[in-house]
Amino acid sequence: MKQVFCRPKSMTKNIFHYCAGCGHSIVHRLIAEVIDELGIRGIAIGVPPAGCAVLAYNYLDIDMIEAQHGRGPATATGVKRVLPDRVVFSYQGDGDLAAIGTAESFHAANRGENITVIFINNAVYGMTGGQMAPTSILGQRTTTSPAGRAALLDGHPVRVSEIFSQLPGTAYIERCMVNSPAAILKTRKAIRKAFQCQIDGRGFSLVEILSPCPTNWKMTPIDSCRWIDEVMCKEFPLGVMKDVPAVEQNEGG
Amino acid sequence: MKGHIIIDRELCKECHLCIHACKKGLIVPSQEFNSRGYRPVCFKDEQGECTGCTLCAITCPDIAIEVYRD
Ligand SMILES: Cc1ncc(C[n+]2csc(CCOP(=O)(O)OP(=O)(O)O)c2C)c(N)n1
Ligand code: SF4
Ligand code: SF4
Ligand code: SF4
Repeated sequence: MKQVFCRPKSMTKNIFHYCAGCGHSIVHRLIAEVIDELGIRGIAIGVPPAGCAVLAYNYLDIDMIEAQHGRGPATATGVKRVLPDRVVFSYQGDGDLAAIGTAESFHAANRGENITVIFINNAVYGMTGGQMAPTSILGQRTTTSPAGRAALLDGHPVRVSEIFSQLPGTAYIERCMVNSPAAILKTRKAIRKAFQCQIDGRGFSLVEILSPCPTNWKMTPIDSCRWIDEVMCKEFPLGVMKDVPAVEQNEGG
Repeated sequence: MKGHIIIDRELCKECHLCIHACKKGLIVPSQEFNSRGYRPVCFKDEQGECTGCTLCAITCPDIAIEVYRD
């Protein structure tokens, strides 16, 4: 029999520290699969965040440089400008990108930096104990919104992909999820397109991934997958938000 | 098409997402613990029904499943 599925080459043999059913693990594997597929292991540079994925460098067998909380896109900007022939990506949670790192992320996108952002939206601060994130859903109970998030008190969930799509500097933005085999394959395709966008020199790409955090959602992994389908997707509609053809992008400047 | 999977008992974290993904019901829970305190799932395919579709492996967050096909 022929082996048709195994651990990607760009992945170390280390056992993930993530909880059972955590979406971070799935996305790490997808990134490694795409790096293998594109044959860019030698030129890929990742920037992990503060958050549960802080140890991503233990798993992705490529060059990685840790960023301070939220500053991934600033670090990635520096790396990419010094080494423009590398494929550079930041990996960020929703607390990282949409709270403490809003300025760095927004302005890297606005400058149209030729980098890729892998954005894990799990609707909470995972690492620090499930506090409300800017992306928490209205009504969602978290450790800092025990009665459920209320718009009047806490504001509305931030739709990063839609907002970044409005910026002329961004080239490719898609929102996907990793709660079923079909959705996982779609997400892999989106990550591939985002990296290809960077390789083609088209500018800023971002893939937002709705990702289960069973531990802080206080659900089983299977119920977490259902919650993404039934609740999260309604607040964060899936799809390609932006895909600017290379020509148009060049005309802009 | 005939297939076969191997589940790494030490990598499995008992999330049961693969049980849900296998439409043929070939993956089942178990009661035995591994050295890390999880009870890894088992592949039970007495009738040779596995097609090697890889759906279980695609869903597995911990890359605990390898798939083989004829
Ligand atoms: C400057 C700074 N402030 C606060 C923290 C504490 N901290 C660590 S991770 C985190 C939030 C992580 O949430 P998110 O970005 O959503 O990632 P997740 O853990 O959910 O993947 C915070 C506030 C820190 N590490 N550094
Ligand atoms: S706390 Fe949530 S995001 Fe962090 S490893 Fe556990 S499941 Fe994943
Ligand atoms: S490869 Fe397909 S048929 Fe075989 S165990 Fe996995 S999901 Fe089931
Ligand atoms: S999906 Fe992977 S980790 Fe989860 S129960 Fe199945 S083999 Fe174990």
